[in-house]
Amino acid sequence: MQKVLTGNQSAAWGAMCAQAQVVSAYPITPQTTIIEELADLVAKGLLDAKFIKVESEHSAMAGCIGAQATGARTFTATSSQGLALMHEELHWAALARLPIVMADVNRAMAPGWSIWTDQNDSLSQRDTGWLQFYCESNQEVLDTVIQAYKIAESVDLPVMLVLDAFFLSHTYEAVEIPGQEATRKYLPPYKPSIYLDVKDPHAFGGIVPQDVYMEFRYKMQVAMNEALDVSVKADEDYKAMFGRGYGVIEQYRMDDADTILVTSGTVASTTRAVIDDMKAKGQSVGMLKMKMLRPFPADLVREALEGRKRVAVLDRNICPGMGGIWSQEIRNALYHTPESKRPDVYGYIVGLGGRDVTPEVIEKIALDVQERPIKDGEQVWIGLKE
Amino acid sequence: MQQLAHLKKFTEVADREIMHSGHVACPGCGAALAMRLALKTLGRDTIIVFPACCWAVIDGPFPYSASGVPVFQVAFETAAISAGAISAGLEATGKKGINVVAWAGDGGTMDIGFGQLSAAAERNDHIIYVCYDNEAYMNTGIQRSSATPWGAWTTTTPGKDFKQEHKKNLVEIMAAHRIPYAATATVAYPDDLVRKFRKAMSTEGFKLIHIFSPCPPGHKALEKDTILESRYAVESRVFPLYEVERGTDYKLSMDPPKRQVNDYLALQGRFKHLTSEQRMFIQHKVEEEWIRLRHRMRVSEAMG
Repeated sequence: MQKVLTGNQSAAWGAMCAQAQVVSAYPITPQTTIIEELADLVAKGLLDAKFIKVESEHSAMAGCIGAQATGARTFTATSSQGLALMHEELHWAALARLPIVMADVNRAMAPGWSIWTDQNDSLSQRDTGWLQFYCESNQEVLDTVIQAYKIAESVDLPVMLVLDAFFLSHTYEAVEIPGQEATRKYLPPYKPSIYLDVKDPHAFGGIVPQDVYMEFRYKMQVAMNEALDVSVKADEDYKAMFGRGYGVIEQYRMDDADTILVTSGTVASTTRAVIDDMKAKGQSVGMLKMKMLRPFPADLVREALEGRKRVAVLDRNICPGMGGIWSQEIRNALYHTPESKRPDVYGYIVGLGGRDVTPEVIEKIALDVQERPIKDGEQVWIGLKE
Repeated sequence: MQQLAHLKKFTEVADREIMHSGHVACPGCGAALAMRLALKTLGRDTIIVFPACCWAVIDGPFPYSASGVPVFQVAFETAAISAGAISAGLEATGKKGINVVAWAGDGGTMDIGFGQLSAAAERNDHIIYVCYDNEAYMNTGIQRSSATPWGAWTTTTPGKDFKQEHKKNLVEIMAAHRIPYAATATVAYPDDLVRKFRKAMSTEGFKLIHIFSPCPPGHKALEKDTILESRYAVESRVFPLYEVERGTDYKLSMDPPKRQVNDYLALQGRFKHLTSEQRMFIQHKVEEEWIRLRHRMRVSEAMG
C-alpha cells in the first residue's frame, strides 16, 4: 500500500506495521503529529495497542520501560527539550537492556526557543547506550522504525531513530507501507528471554555492588559491538524482502573523489544534488552519508575515507568548546590510518536552529575545503551574520 | 494445633509467608513489617515496583531479593507511571489477575514523584500505590521531606531550624483526584491493614494506601517501640485510620480512646527539643484536623 505521508506520520505507520503493543508518549512540537497519528491508528482499530497518555516525557520513557519489562513491544517519540527531560530514563532503558524504539524529531535546544531543526538534542544523548540512526526521507523513517525493532530485539538495546524537524517531520512524500502481515514475516512477535513473570519471579535493577557493576557495563558494550553487524544484516534482509535498503553509511558517487562531504539527515539530500552539479563541472567530489551514530561504524568509515585528500564534515550541531560532533567522531575513526592515506578532516558548522543549508552553502563548503589550510579547518562556521 | 485454629478466628492475617528472611532492613523497621503483611494478603500473583527508597535497599543486593515476587526497581520519581505501565503491558500481553503494586517512600511519593503520582491517579491507572511514610528521607540519612511533620528534627532541619512547615496531607490530595479508593493504615493494626489491601485488590483503577511507618534511627525511637509508636499515632489522632471511596465517601476505620499527642511525641527523640507550648501547638493542630476529618465524614453520611 502506498500513501502520501509526512515524516511524522511515517514514523507512526512504522510503529503500526511493527505492531507496537504499548505507546507511552507526550506531545511536543514538532513531534506532535506522530502521537496524533498513533492515537488515530489506535482509535480506528488499525493498531491494537494501549496508549498511555502521560504527563511528561520523563514519564513517557518510564512508561515504555515498565511496559517493555512485561514483554510488550513499546514505542514513543519526542523532540528537543522532551528528549533532554528523558535523559535519566534513557540511561535506565539501556542499562535495563530493554529494546524500546523511539523516534526523535531533531529540534534545537532552548533558550531562546527554537522549534526548528538541529542535532544537538539527539547528539547530547550519544553516551546513554542507545543505538542512533539518522534518516533522510519519509520512506527511510518508516523502514527504519521496522528495522529498529529487529535490531533492538536482537541485541536487547534500545534504538532511537532521528528525523529533521519540518524538513522531514512536516513534509509530505509518497511512502510505501508494507503492512502488518508482511512486516510480521520480517519481524516476528517480541519474545524476551526474561520479563516480569509471577510464575518465575526475578528482581530487576536492584543494588549492584562494586564487584559486579562493571560486568553489566561490559555486557552492554559487547551487545553494542554486535549491534553493528546486526544492523547491517537487518538492512540487507529488509532490502531482500521489501526492496529498500540504506546501509549504516552510504557512499554517494565517491568512486575516486579527492574531496568528500560527510553529511547526515536531510542535508544529505541537498548534498546529492550539489555533488551531481559539481561532478558535471568536473570537480572530484563525493558524499559519505552517516546513518548510524552508535555504535559508530568506524571500520566502514575508515575504509570509505582512506586515501582521500580531504573530508569536509557538515555538522548541524555544536559541542561547545570542542566543535562539530560528527567531525570529532570521523577524526577519531581515522586516527589509526597511516599518515600517507589519512585525509585532512575539516569541521563545518551549518544550519543550527533550522537555518537553511542550501545548495549554495554546500557548494561553498566543497570549494572552501579545497583552498583552506588544515590548521584553520578545525571548526569553520558557515553563513554567520556580521 | 487445636488452640491455633481457635486463635485464627481472631485475625484476618494469612498464615502464608511470601517475603523471605534475609532482608536488610534496620531492626524495628515499620516498612519491613508492612511489606510482610501486605504480601501475605497480596499473594504470589503480584509484581512490585520500587523507586529509590529504603525498600530499594531492603530487598537485598543483586542477585538476592527478599520479596518473593517479581520486583522491578525504577528511577526515584517514576513509581506511579512504572506500575501503571506494567499494568498496561500485562493487559496488552493478555495477562490477567496480577496485582501491580507501587511501593514508595514519602519522598518518592510526596516530593520528587508527586507529579507522576497525580498523573497516574488522574488516568486512573489500575494499580495499588502504597506510600510507606517514615516522614523524611531516611535512606539517605534523615533529611526533611514534605511529609516531615511540624516541629521535627532532621539533619536538614537541625537545632532551632526544626521543621517549620506542616506535613502534606496525602490522602486529602489524592481524594481530590476522585480516585476509587484511598486509605490509611499502620502495622499496629494488622487486621485493618490487611482488610484495606483486600479492598484495594478487589477495586478497579487507582488505589492508594498510606502507611505510617516508624523508623527507629530516623525518629530517634527505640526499636522495640515501632508498634507502640504506630498505635499512639492512631490513638492521639496524629494519624487517624480511615478510608475514602470515590474521593468523597469518608469512613473512619476505628475510633480508639483518645490519647494526648505528647505521649506520641515522647516516644521519639526527633521531637525532644520542643517546649511544652510547642507541644500544645501540635496538640491544637491535631485536634483541628480531627474536627475537619469528622466533618467530612458527616457530610459523607448526610449525602448517603
